[in-house]
Amino acid sequence: MCSRFPVELLLAGTLLAGCYKASPPAAPFEQSNRQGAIDSAFSPGSDHSVVVNDPRAAAYYDNAEAVNTGRILFGQFNCSGCHSNGGGGIGPSLMDDEWIYGGRLEQIHQTIVEGRPNGMPSWGGRIPDQQIWQIATYVRSMSLPQTLAAQNGPTPSQSPAPVPAAADQTNGWSLPPQTTNDYTTTTKGPD
Amino acid sequence: MSMLLRHWSLCLIPLAAIAQTVPAPVPENEVFKREEIGHALAAPTPDAGHTAPSAANAPKDDGQWTMPSKNYASTRFSALNEITPANAHLLQPLFSFSLGVNKGQEAAPIVADNTIYIVTAYPNIVYALDLTKPGAPLKWKFAPKPARASQGVACCDVVNRGGTVDAGKYIFTTLDGQVIAIDVKTGAAAWRTQLGNINVGETMTMAPTVADGKVYVGNSGGELGVRGWVIALDEASGKMLWRAYATGPDADVLIGTQFKPFYASDQGKDLGVTSWPAQAWKIGGGGMWGWITYDAELGMLYHGTANPGPWNATQRPGDNKWTAGIFARDPNSGQAHWFYGMSPHDEHDYDGINEQILLDMPFGGKMRKVLVHLDRNGYVYVIDRTNGQVLSADPFGPVNSSKGIDLQSGRPIINPDKETQLGQTVRNICPTASGSKDWNPSSFSPQTGLIYIPHENMCMDWMSMQVSYIEGTPYVGAEVHMKPGPGGNRGELTAWDPVQRKPVWVVKEDFPVWSGTVVTGGDLVFYGSMDGWFKAVNAKTGELAWRYKVDSGIISQPVSYRGPDGHQYIAVLSGVGGWSGAVVSGPIDPRDGSAALGMVNVMSDLPKYTTAGGTLYVFSLPR
Repeated sequence: MCSRFPVELLLAGTLLAGCYKASPPAAPFEQSNRQGAIDSAFSPGSDHSVVVNDPRAAAYYDNAEAVNTGRILFGQFNCSGCHSNGGGGIGPSLMDDEWIYGGRLEQIHQTIVEGRPNGMPSWGGRIPDQQIWQIATYVRSMSLPQTLAAQNGPTPSQSPAPVPAAADQTNGWSLPPQTTNDYTTTTKGPD
Repeated sequence: MSMLLRHWSLCLIPLAAIAQTVPAPVPENEVFKREEIGHALAAPTPDAGHTAPSAANAPKDDGQWTMPSKNYASTRFSALNEITPANAHLLQPLFSFSLGVNKGQEAAPIVADNTIYIVTAYPNIVYALDLTKPGAPLKWKFAPKPARASQGVACCDVVNRGGTVDAGKYIFTTLDGQVIAIDVKTGAAAWRTQLGNINVGETMTMAPTVADGKVYVGNSGGELGVRGWVIALDEASGKMLWRAYATGPDADVLIGTQFKPFYASDQGKDLGVTSWPAQAWKIGGGGMWGWITYDAELGMLYHGTANPGPWNATQRPGDNKWTAGIFARDPNSGQAHWFYGMSPHDEHDYDGINEQILLDMPFGGKMRKVLVHLDRNGYVYVIDRTNGQVLSADPFGPVNSSKGIDLQSGRPIINPDKETQLGQTVRNICPTASGSKDWNPSSFSPQTGLIYIPHENMCMDWMSMQVSYIEGTPYVGAEVHMKPGPGGNRGELTAWDPVQRKPVWVVKEDFPVWSGTVVTGGDLVFYGSMDGWFKAVNAKTGELAWRYKVDSGIISQPVSYRGPDGHQYIAVLSGVGGWSGAVVSGPIDPRDGSAALGMVNVMSDLPKYTTAGGTLYVFSLPR
């Protein structure tokens, strides 16, 4: 066992998950009954300088309920429709080590709120802010070593680890020292 | 906190080891044999005549390639015969041209008046190159600058399937839903018409069909709850002439007194409303992002309709008309003449938008005017195009989602074991969601009488999930994991005899064949592989005659043309991507098998073989 901490953390997560009770999230928008062309309330986001520090993020670190609720909301608000289970599709992958608009928890929250110009809708005002934080927490968890290590089979991000506050203690998105989430620096050719 | 950091530093977790491997192929005994489930109304009668398109739909070859389908019959047959199996080994690249866009390139190069025209994937740049000068210099470049946000509602890479030159204009669609006609002399827009609305998930990726002074187009967005349509524009002005929806009341679908569907289940009033739960037809899919075919001989238009939405079929009990079928329409009014549904209440994402090849073919002892359609659901349909009756339906790839087509009712005989379920994974469904074959078109040679089908050999696991409709976001409700079909080769090129209803030869490919084919008067079939080989095989035997490794995988439509010097040339675009290649062209992580709608599960090794690109290549014999 390489270190006690992650085990303890995982154990804590398990215990928390045991008594964790998902508050039912707000129902996604009702099916439209309108005829003809429907104009979406979504507007594309714009390029924007990313936040560096948002004190509201603090409550979502080391928070098993946030990451588990976030996982459910990620599906219910169709985030998974574009980002799959973190591997991407219409939208980019969220489980790797590349972040276009910043990978810190508050930066992910900001991206969901504002939207981004290549097709990410702006969800601010469409999803309660607490739920956006929960979704952001789940997204931040996807690239954590513990979450990746927990992948069993072809579907990742099913057992998301709580996001340790230490994960965002350095500037920008980072992994803990001497861990890796790098599958792109070296790609080997066919056998 | 310092303690936490210290503990982190002790931990080395080699996550790079978590890489997806391509799953094992589905066992042979999981799928039906062709002889078990193929059906026809009559035994083959090859002596009753020669299979060929009519002169009206396939005029004498002028050496140009002005539309992606080559001609209205959609044979993609070039009569040029300078390049043959005997000399193909001498083929060499003459020039290449970087498209400046590294996304999936699905378009056919278009050749008219000694100029070659290419439209790229988003941002849909159009280039015109002068073939009369050495190195084919640029005549003009047109950048339509589509809305960036359109990339966020394109289900399966940001592709474009090509343009068409007619009456001095190059006509194409843009990802953000415009149809644009460029004056080929000036490179400036003659008109641009906005049709799609990205805010509700509509994009346009298809190649317009231009005929008889009209431009026929359709929308994409079956994964985003759009309502499908086909629109006719006036070729001179770009103004809308008619629009036919794929769902809703008869008045919207353009179903009226002329509508005479062959099968009973398609007869009735407002079936586009009543075959859905209340209101579901408004977000029910049925777009048209593939091939619209104009029949100059019968004065008819044929087009398929895409999958119903959402993919989770338990949310939409009913036949979900008029999705996953084929319409015949009056090109002038858009009024429907007949409809045939390949996949009523589709449960597997079997869009009906693949190509229609218009042929005169012997069947039941006499010549019939048929439409040959190679569907996602795995069957070669030979349909009497005068009335919409299916004459024969045979599988050309692995099938177990149905047990054949009932030629009395016209409906597939559903295999209950492979029906998709809510909250439960159904394994080894064949064909996979992208079908035995996707959009990439086949070709037909009147010299061999064979159809050259570029296709897939893939299956899938599928779990349906409840999904909410949120405008402008995906409306799918399924978690899919694809896998190789029996044998493990993910792709095939099949030479199919439509009269004898069987393959004559099959070339196996490791990756799905996502390029079109072109067949020539020299009896060569050209196609590309996703790992970047451009190949020529003998049209009679399938024997490899030549191959050349290009810079990126090929998923486009090769063409053959006569150059200004009178010699034969072959042109193709490289540039891997599309649904199947998104794991290379998109920012996608191969560790997520469910990514790109489950395609990544079966394509996770593609990054080992190719990189993103986008280049026009032109080949010829040595000069």
